[in-house]
Amino acid sequence: MVELERRATLSLARLRTLFISPAAVLLIVTLVAPSSIIVVYSLLSRGAYGGVERPFTFENYTRLLDPLYGEIFLRSLWIALVATALCLALGFPLALFIARSGARKNFFLMLVILPFWTSFLIRTYAWMFLLRDTGLINTALERLGLIRAPLPMLYNPGAVILGLVYGFLPFAVLPLYATIERLDPSLLEASADLGARPWTTLWRVMIPLCAPGIRAAAILVFVPCLGTYLTSDLLGGSKTILIGNLVQNQFTASRDWPFGAAASVAMMIFAVALLFAVRRRGEELL
Amino acid sequence: MKRILPGYAIGAYLFLHAPLLILAVFSFNASKFTVWQGFSLVWYRAAFADRDLLDSSMNSLIIGLSATAIATVIGTLAAYALWKRGSAWIAGSMYLSLATPEIVTGVSLLALFQFVFRFLRLPLGMHTVILAHVAFSLAYVAVVVMARLRTFDPALEEAALDLGATEFGAFRRVTLPYLAPAIAAAALLAFTVSIDDYVITSLVAGIDSQTLPMVIYAMARRGVSPMLNAVSTVIVGGLGLLVIFSQRLRSP
Repeated sequence: MVELERRATLSLARLRTLFISPAAVLLIVTLVAPSSIIVVYSLLSRGAYGGVERPFTFENYTRLLDPLYGEIFLRSLWIALVATALCLALGFPLALFIARSGARKNFFLMLVILPFWTSFLIRTYAWMFLLRDTGLINTALERLGLIRAPLPMLYNPGAVILGLVYGFLPFAVLPLYATIERLDPSLLEASADLGARPWTTLWRVMIPLCAPGIRAAAILVFVPCLGTYLTSDLLGGSKTILIGNLVQNQFTASRDWPFGAAASVAMMIFAVALLFAVRRRGEELL
Repeated sequence: MKRILPGYAIGAYLFLHAPLLILAVFSFNASKFTVWQGFSLVWYRAAFADRDLLDSSMNSLIIGLSATAIATVIGTLAAYALWKRGSAWIAGSMYLSLATPEIVTGVSLLALFQFVFRFLRLPLGMHTVILAHVAFSLAYVAVVVMARLRTFDPALEEAALDLGATEFGAFRRVTLPYLAPAIAAAALLAFTVSIDDYVITSLVAGIDSQTLPMVIYAMARRGVSPMLNAVSTVIVGGLGLLVIFSQRLRSP
């Protein structure tokens, strides 16, 4: 009997090893190895033909502190912060609406999930179509005689923020909905019974109780916004360069891999530090 | 507040859906300009006759299907193994891969492929794109399958073992059928992520492996074209159907 049990656990352990190995190998090849290469590259010098060369140096990191790049970092940071704040502010009432919509909850949830999985590229392009000089809004306003020259709505930080909010609003709504859904309604009733107005209940009871969901939503929106490349590239124009565009540029047109590597390492450290800072013990973000 | 919320929700849903709906309406516009001049399928005909669009769609399909198949198998097995006994570093790595900005994943994989190229003479092409797509879909698959496993009663597997099934037999005959809807949903989601990716793909693709998003991106950079509206409508419609279908699978 003991022998049998031992064999059973042995085969379970082997099965588990067998099942996990492909994923482990894949993660080593596509995550651990590339990250290590990037870290090493970030400490090397730029080669004569665009590759990397010795000697080892910290120069790539000190260059990031240059005001020229500091400006890009700060711009990325504030654009991501504004976009995150807007996503939370716009997402919370929508999540609340869905949580309270009774029988049609799944349908309303579906309407949020749908754009979440629809092509991000095409969703960004849709705003180009609307905002361009010859786009729908400008054409319509000109036809109506309200404006003479097209309004410059595209290629500025505002357009990037709009694109990010549009792209990531579902990322905020889903975790917010999940926490609002789990709220104990009797707590809200108690607050009302004790004489609180609906707005007071919202600010003093509901939002504090939803803090974990708000944190999760903030992280889910902030991290991709900070690293965004596509939105700023298509809607931001050449004046709204963000870290993502800086990194991409170093690896393509500028061919300064060590500097691009240093910028991506800095971005990753910042994102991971933020994840750890915001995450509380036992709280799952996904 | 009871009266404000529904009104607000209508506004929010308009914000989320109107841009794509307007795009779709104008894909049927006879005019080249953003002024309505009557219904026409001319841009659809142009899109379906465009060599670049057709070739890149084919590439996207090949890449999407192969990456999805590989990622679904590996991700499902990993989720099952993690459910049996957690592994901090595997779960942590997957978590990290989900949290990594796409551009960082892209340049890291590019650096890897270039590094390997020095030794193996392995140029960028379909295989590097497929490997990259498997890499970023893996965590999505694992998360979806994992969510379903949380509702699975281990007693069912134990019963199978008591009745004489092997560990693998119990997995194949009891757990796998239970996971089937989640696996299908995970595969569909992996496919939509793969078919849509531009940032990572553009960095690791070779000259023979242009994907549909790469062609769309190039067209969007050149300016807005009604043909692009038509392509967008087809893709968004197709992906929308896939997503609705996959949601049905996840919550039967």
